[in-house]
Amino acid sequence: MVSFTVNGKQRQVDVPPEMPLLWVLRESLNLTGTKYGCGIAVCGACTVHVDGTPVRSCVTPASAVAGRRVTTIEGLSERADHPVQKAWMEVDVPQCGYCQSGQIMSAAALLARKPSPTDADIDDGMSGNICRCGTYQRIRAAIHRAAAIRKGGA
Amino acid sequence: MKPLVSRREILKGGLAVGAGLTIGFALPIRALAQTPGVFAPNQWLRIDRDGVVTITNSVPEMGQGSLTTTPMIIADELDAKLENVKVEQALANPALYKNPVTGTQSYGGSRGVRDHLEMWRKAAASAREMLKQAAANEWGVPVESVDTEEGAVVHRPTGRRLQYGQLVDKAQALPVPQNPKLKTPDKFRYIGKVVKRRDTPDKVTGRSIYGVDVQVPGMLVGSIERCPVFGGKVQSFDATAAKKIKGVKDVVQVSNGVAVVADNFWTALQGRRALKVTWDEGPIAQVSSATITREYEASSKQPGQVAKNEGDAEKVLAAGGKVLEAVYQVPFLEHACMEPMNATAQVSREACVIWAPTQNPGGTQATAARLTGLPAEKVIVNTTMLGGGFGRRGEIDFIVDAVETSKAVGAPVKVMWTREDDITHGFYRPATYNVFRAALDANGMPSAWFTRIVGPGILIQKGRAQAGTIDPAAVEAVRNMPYDIPNLRIEWNNKDLGIPLGFWRSVGPSQNGFIIESFIDELAHAAGKDPFEYRRALLGKSPRHKAILELVANRASWGAPLPAGRARGIAVVFSYGSYAATVAEVSVAPAGAVKVHRLVCGIDAGLAVNPDAVKAQMEGGAVYALTAAFYGQITIDRGRVQQSNFHDYQMLRINEMPVVDVHILDSGEAPGGLGEPGVPTVAPAVCNAIFAATGRRVRKLPIDRSELKRA
Repeated sequence: MVSFTVNGKQRQVDVPPEMPLLWVLRESLNLTGTKYGCGIAVCGACTVHVDGTPVRSCVTPASAVAGRRVTTIEGLSERADHPVQKAWMEVDVPQCGYCQSGQIMSAAALLARKPSPTDADIDDGMSGNICRCGTYQRIRAAIHRAAAIRKGGA
Repeated sequence: MKPLVSRREILKGGLAVGAGLTIGFALPIRALAQTPGVFAPNQWLRIDRDGVVTITNSVPEMGQGSLTTTPMIIADELDAKLENVKVEQALANPALYKNPVTGTQSYGGSRGVRDHLEMWRKAAASAREMLKQAAANEWGVPVESVDTEEGAVVHRPTGRRLQYGQLVDKAQALPVPQNPKLKTPDKFRYIGKVVKRRDTPDKVTGRSIYGVDVQVPGMLVGSIERCPVFGGKVQSFDATAAKKIKGVKDVVQVSNGVAVVADNFWTALQGRRALKVTWDEGPIAQVSSATITREYEASSKQPGQVAKNEGDAEKVLAAGGKVLEAVYQVPFLEHACMEPMNATAQVSREACVIWAPTQNPGGTQATAARLTGLPAEKVIVNTTMLGGGFGRRGEIDFIVDAVETSKAVGAPVKVMWTREDDITHGFYRPATYNVFRAALDANGMPSAWFTRIVGPGILIQKGRAQAGTIDPAAVEAVRNMPYDIPNLRIEWNNKDLGIPLGFWRSVGPSQNGFIIESFIDELAHAAGKDPFEYRRALLGKSPRHKAILELVANRASWGAPLPAGRARGIAVVFSYGSYAATVAEVSVAPAGAVKVHRLVCGIDAGLAVNPDAVKAQMEGGAVYALTAAFYGQITIDRGRVQQSNFHDYQMLRINEMPVVDVHILDSGEAPGGLGEPGVPTVAPAVCNAIFAATGRRVRKLPIDRSELKRA
């Protein structure tokens, strides 16, 4: 049994301690917004926040998040109004969209750390996330836009 | 999940006449179940008494934007308000939803808009005419005196107005016009305008349902251990240890291997690890990349089938003078959709229900019918959101997995692939070996051109083209190269060593664009001429190629000075009905690292329905092409793919992303495709720029940076 907080709610799940958080979220808690892409922490599709830090849930054992705070794409905002989500909608970033939950979680963590990221900061913070549709140019634009929204800019 | 039953009710009526349907939109009104208060003149749209328009989108949403573009087209011609339009994804029902050009309910070849535009417009225009007639009858005025605007019929002389919702009962009783008048382009309200994607809100909140997200009551999750060698078969297996794992429900043999079925995916994977399978590896275990290259080389020395022969290239080449020769090689490539292959099936004696991220709902239905013995109408195929398609999801192997497994265990099963399964059991873009020879005349212009392509044929391997003929996909963009050369000979040698082949975003032109546009660049440099002007001089008979080439050259300031160390390369390729060109700006570090600074891409797709979606497809095509140019390579060792995941089958990442400027040329010609035409010009433009920067010619992909090292 592992207990932790997911999107503000206390949850208890009966899973083997070594089961990756990704599958706990997707299959035990039905939070399917977090995606499986590689299983070896090289594509970023499974990115969630653990105590505010972006982690690859596909290689994070359930036992590692016991007692900690996990945020998934479903819990990033109440009304899809996180600055990153707003910017993503303004720029129309997603194509197939499969990697975008991970992209958005990485971008949100980046902005929390660097409120005015430079292009180099974006490269550093986002190069762990693969997008096969090739939305990188829009991701970059949307992160700059999100930074402006976050500061209350129009 | 979608409410299947109500939708089935609507479709049921259509099935009876569907088989004889030829025009696609002109379904006799009696054919559709008459639901009171719903005006449904054809299978593409219906309007209820509240004025809500529901449009059926037959083209799977794989990221290209069909959920947005299809309703734009229909709403525009219908004169409906786009915000009052709902979209539903079509179930498999080829009689109703087949592509009118290919005749199948399968989507590839960048055919979404170009094959459906006219049919959808006619379907919407006939509905609009019926609504106008209904209002004219109501008012007792001639139909010529009424008009439509934003979901209403208006009679301007008297200022009267009826909303579409108020007219549905009257319109329902009218005959469906077969040759409705279409809007003139100046009347378009949505077509040609930037419209926001309808699927974005769900894609930024994690709510979109992809195949992997499907949940069915009582569902189990399966994962299949496959033979590492292509074409290998299960000889025997021992599931004792696998079955002892808590949560493993069953282990069954299926066509593609041994399926471990469990409560969840993680447990199924544990089961796979505990499974012992003995394989009969079959003949492909003798095949390795080195063998393939050797066979290609040997074949390249033999005469090929003649795909094109104009003038007498061999004679001119034999006469000597300035003759250039080169060999170009490209590797096998895997699609690597971000969502690994998967499908969910619920097979019972009475019916088979499938939820799948498929480009091929029609093929999915036919396959499941064959495997279950059920009639096609008892196979319900729900197309989910696709986490990438790129041609991979037109295959039906992952459908077979789910149907067979569900049938074997008697429960709904979602069969999911790992990334390793996905990379090692794909359908690969063919590796090819290409010999070039050209002769230049006194002015440096090509007087003769010879290309011999050696490689397998996708269509022939799949039984979709006859063995012994020339596979159209293998020679596409070579046989129809645009340059005006008096003596031209194109040959093809079919060399298929059994590696499974598939349609990889832009297919033949993905490699043929690279080889043609690289070799013409070699000729330009050998002639001491500017590569843009050289191409231009040879495009006298190809005005649309020339126009798009000139557009990108202009937008990229071709010829203007660049910062030190940077150089430009250019390329132009026609594919899938569209003309594309790219100028790449690159620099190459002394150690050989290539940086692509900027791509200036031009596209003439005739008509850009949603310009922002066009740009997105071009941006995406460029990244797909750059990934292939810098990293893409599937190699074979004793019948096994040597790559397995994104660490050794790498993808371009954001830190390597150049600026991509997309320029749209609205030529007003018939619409072309967009998903694929952005790919073929990028690798040659980049490699031509590398040559301009370093004097090193890249003749083999992926680009080997060590060969660009300058001491």
